[in-house]
Amino acid sequence: MIKELYKPGSYPNLAPPKGTVGFYGWTKSNLFSSLSNSLLTIFSFILLYFLIDGIIGWFFLDAVFDADSKIECRKIDSGACWAVITRRVGQFIYGFYPDAERWRIDIVFIGLFFASAPLLYPDLPLRRWLLWFSGFYPFIAFILINGGLFGLVSIEINLFGGFMLTLIIGVSGIVCSLPLGIMLALGRQSKLTFVRSISVCFIEFMRGVPLITLLFVASSMLNYFMPPGTNFSILVRVIIMFTFFAAAYIAEVIRGGIQAIPKGQYEAAESLGMTYWQTTRFITLPQAMKISIPGIVNTFIGLYKDTTLVIVIGLLDPLGIGRAALADTKWNGLSTETYLFVALFFFVSCFAMSRYSLWLENKLNTDHR
Amino acid sequence: MVTNKKNNSSKPVIEIKEMHKWFGNFHVLKNITLKVNQGERIVICGPSGSGKSTLIRCINRLEVHQQGDIIVNDIELSGDLKNLEAIRREVGMVFQSFNLFPHLSVLENCTLAPIWVRGLPKKEAEEMAMELLTKVKIPEQALKFPGQLSGGQQQRVAIARSLCMEPKIMLFDEPTSALDPEMIKEVLDTMIELAESGMTMLVVTHEMGFAKKVADSIIFMDEGEIIEQNNPKTFFNNPENERTKLFLSQILNH
Ligand SMILES: Nc1ncnc2c1ncn2[C@@H]1O[C@H](COP(=O)(O)OP(=O)(O)O)[C@@H](O)[C@H]1O
Ligand SMILES: [Mg+2]
Repeated sequence: MIKELYKPGSYPNLAPPKGTVGFYGWTKSNLFSSLSNSLLTIFSFILLYFLIDGIIGWFFLDAVFDADSKIECRKIDSGACWAVITRRVGQFIYGFYPDAERWRIDIVFIGLFFASAPLLYPDLPLRRWLLWFSGFYPFIAFILINGGLFGLVSIEINLFGGFMLTLIIGVSGIVCSLPLGIMLALGRQSKLTFVRSISVCFIEFMRGVPLITLLFVASSMLNYFMPPGTNFSILVRVIIMFTFFAAAYIAEVIRGGIQAIPKGQYEAAESLGMTYWQTTRFITLPQAMKISIPGIVNTFIGLYKDTTLVIVIGLLDPLGIGRAALADTKWNGLSTETYLFVALFFFVSCFAMSRYSLWLENKLNTDHR
Repeated sequence: MVTNKKNNSSKPVIEIKEMHKWFGNFHVLKNITLKVNQGERIVICGPSGSGKSTLIRCINRLEVHQQGDIIVNDIELSGDLKNLEAIRREVGMVFQSFNLFPHLSVLENCTLAPIWVRGLPKKEAEEMAMELLTKVKIPEQALKFPGQLSGGQQQRVAIARSLCMEPKIMLFDEPTSALDPEMIKEVLDTMIELAESGMTMLVVTHEMGFAKKVADSIIFMDEGEIIEQNNPKTFFNNPENERTKLFLSQILNH
């Protein structure tokens, strides 16, 4: 092969050799790079085919979506018996909230979407207006859920349950634990001995105790510690415990982020005449929070899944509703379907949080864009 | 040579009298006495660990001295917090490692302190920042993040950021030591321009070309003491002290 001769300084940028890039290149280097790799690839595809075939069959093709009992299900087809879910879908979503009032919860769900959007997406159009709504949303939601005001029927807390309960505890816990966690992290780094000691004690205590014991405390004795005359509902007490517990973890995650900031950042801020609070607000926290996103979201996901623990103090979250359904003789023995469904619900929520955190990390990455 | 614009009725803007500093038991600065007049440019050199950084960091109180006086712009440095912020407003500092805020754009780096510390309206702060970024010859980078700039560009942003506070005094701690050779010149040129505009400058550097060109006086430090202070001509041609001679032979002969 005759190579072209180029004058020095005029060598062109050539395309890479054929078959090293693109779909073909990727397939070749990742799936069929050697004989053993090729065999493994083919074997995996065959295995995957049978697996997926079986799964789709059980989940969808051979499944029964409506029936009166498990026995009837089995008469119709051999797959999953989703009737246990479809017949009780209302309970899974609203718990025992009265049918006639469920529209209130629907509004709360829809409102949550609009209230969280401007907090989660800083570039949203009309964000400024939606933020006002976000600010008022907790009060609106509280009144709608609880009732007793503006002619809304008051609903007993022991009727709350299902996904609605998960969302109430999970979202309140997440929203309250973040600011508390930030304050604890700053407190732990404070030069004031008193502030520092309190923060350290709080964090170490909360992290050193199983959440389930905190929930028992909430259910039985928290009112002793509250100022006399106050009587928080069990739900508020549970939310407080979840908040404290998660805040302790978040504080430690953020402390790690704060410690990762180079000393030079503080010196630069100081030499520009910025005060402690200015430095904290504009330099320390934005950088520390950015580093801490994976850890914080990790804690949120943990908190969200831990809401299933409320079953031990008699609150019926989706898992509790599922167990109640299984206790019904009609649906006895359908635990696979029930638990899979509950698991799917949690997976979807947690996976969304995880994806959001990745997106946010990317968006905030200013290192080399 | 840069023409010397200082006014001769000069009262010192920085006055350090018999100042001592310790890190724990370690006596890092010993009996420092130094006067800097308005518009004066002083270069500080000396071996690593001799206390050069510590000395200039005492001037804006990033470090606290334990004995003696430091008076900056008629304000005596003491524990009083009010004085502290007043001093830092008047004294700008440029670091060896730039210390730009990586999460803020170049423009935001420059406007943050003017807006929040000096209370300038955002628009005014941005106009001034653009003016100074033009002066350091990188206005086109204003909307980028520090991580996207070369070392030399970052250091020029750091200089502009300090200047946005309209300081009376600028401190430089080895501003070119972390730079690749081809970027040193762009930063030194910026500093020379600044010197020509009459800024009072204290520069820790080993760039002797810069010292010859710009300095009114050169200080040699060793083991926490000011060993020698002289005008550039005497300093380079007839240094008084043996240790200065040795140091100069080490940094000039290679
Ligand atoms: N924060 C500190 N704590 C203890 N020792 C320090 C500290 N900062 C600097 N030193 C010591 O003080 C001496 C002078 O340091 P420095 O002023 O940075 O020297 P230079 O800038 O001339 O290289 C060095 O021996 C250094 O190890
Ligand atoms: Mg130094």
